[in-house]
Amino acid sequence: MHEMSLAEGVLQLVEETAQREGAQRVKLVVLEIGRLSSVQPEALRFCFEAVTHGGIAQGAVLEIVDVPGVGWCMPCGESVPMSESYGACPKCGSYQVQPTGGTEMRVKEIEIA
Amino acid sequence: MCTVCGCGAGETRIEGAAHEHAHVHEDGTVHSHAHDHGADYAHAHDDAPLGVHAHTHRHADGSEHSHAHVHEGEHAHGHEHHHHEHGVGGDLDFGAGPARAHVPGLSQSRMVQIEQDILSKNNRYASENRQYFDDRGIFALNLVSSPGSGKTTLLVRTIELLKDRVAITVVEGDQQTSNDAERIRATGVAALQINTGKGCHLDGHMVGHALERLQPADESLFLIENVGNLVCPAAFDLGEHHKVAILSVTEGEDKPLKYPDMFRAADVMLLNKCDLLPYLDFDADLAEANARRVNPDLTVFRVSASSGDGLSAWVSWIEAGLEAQRGKRAETVDALKRRIAELERQLAGQ
Repeated sequence: MHEMSLAEGVLQLVEETAQREGAQRVKLVVLEIGRLSSVQPEALRFCFEAVTHGGIAQGAVLEIVDVPGVGWCMPCGESVPMSESYGACPKCGSYQVQPTGGTEMRVKEIEIA
Repeated sequence: MCTVCGCGAGETRIEGAAHEHAHVHEDGTVHSHAHDHGADYAHAHDDAPLGVHAHTHRHADGSEHSHAHVHEGEHAHGHEHHHHEHGVGGDLDFGAGPARAHVPGLSQSRMVQIEQDILSKNNRYASENRQYFDDRGIFALNLVSSPGSGKTTLLVRTIELLKDRVAITVVEGDQQTSNDAERIRATGVAALQINTGKGCHLDGHMVGHALERLQPADESLFLIENVGNLVCPAAFDLGEHHKVAILSVTEGEDKPLKYPDMFRAADVMLLNKCDLLPYLDFDADLAEANARRVNPDLTVFRVSASSGDGLSAWVSWIEAGLEAQRGKRAETVDALKRRIAELERQLAGQ
């Protein structure tokens, strides 16, 4: 359900832009989904296909740019890779890690014709 | 639709009759918004002569414009749909494609940058609300928790302790009923109930309408009691200065670990119902440690809304926030006065 509603949020932004630009159809949709955003890309793909059916974005290719998770570890004083939200620092094991990258869920751009 | 859990939208009711209407713009942008018409509250509609009220519209391309509606009669709502000319979004630029030229009958394929967060619409409404609060020196808090943690009782007690010192306005969010707003009104302060219908959280747009209706006083305290839900309200900024998460000792110590987004989004946690601790197998220190694990900067107060224990520290924290907002506003006003004085000197010198 989570991904289905995200797909609807994406579709809304895409349709608004396509209408404003006077597009006939949408050929490509590029999303940036961070590793820490708790979105399953495969589930999102499935839902995107379902919600675009019958609309201006039907058949559009969905490209998902995977953004790696990065956090600032306070004890280490440096940026460290993160694999899960609120997870421990892979170097020192501390939980004092502030996510700095990989939390985004953005519609980056679309290709229209 | 909530992008977090997928619950529905469109059944939102702000106390008093409400209706929704949609505008279609020349550039194809469609937007809809709800109007509220309540006899109980002073409202821009009723105050203005001829029932004129102003709207600000934001279009998908980011341009904004305001215009006035005229209602015929007091509450005549057979709204005409308005068609607006839009220079910004409606430009037809045939040279904008990659080929920078237009060939009749040949459509151009082109990339359009969107670069928008899926929650960007809500965030825009929220920053408008925040600006509203800051311009008026208002301190705004968004209270979030699971259902049954004692939010409303806590609010009632907080209001009783503060209402002689500061003006208070409350927004109550629930799926159905106006029971909570009635409990708040019984304390003598103004409260507005928002029923979210199928929705699971309040959003920036709803709070914007509530502000229009409630017209909170300058330098006052604005309290928002969100829908009881530890998931979705974390993602929706309302324009508040702090989210305050309430966890009661009749819940589990691991709730901050199970619902980390909410405890991460909050700045303050109130551990409520502490008067029950002697009768429960609840480790308050562990609950605090779990909360600090997801959010090391969290400020924690142990309180009991029913016995009143620990409330003085929480009330002092609110008073410090009110003072900071007033100070910030005074600084802005002073800066503007200095600027005016400087400009006047320049004018006199010419």
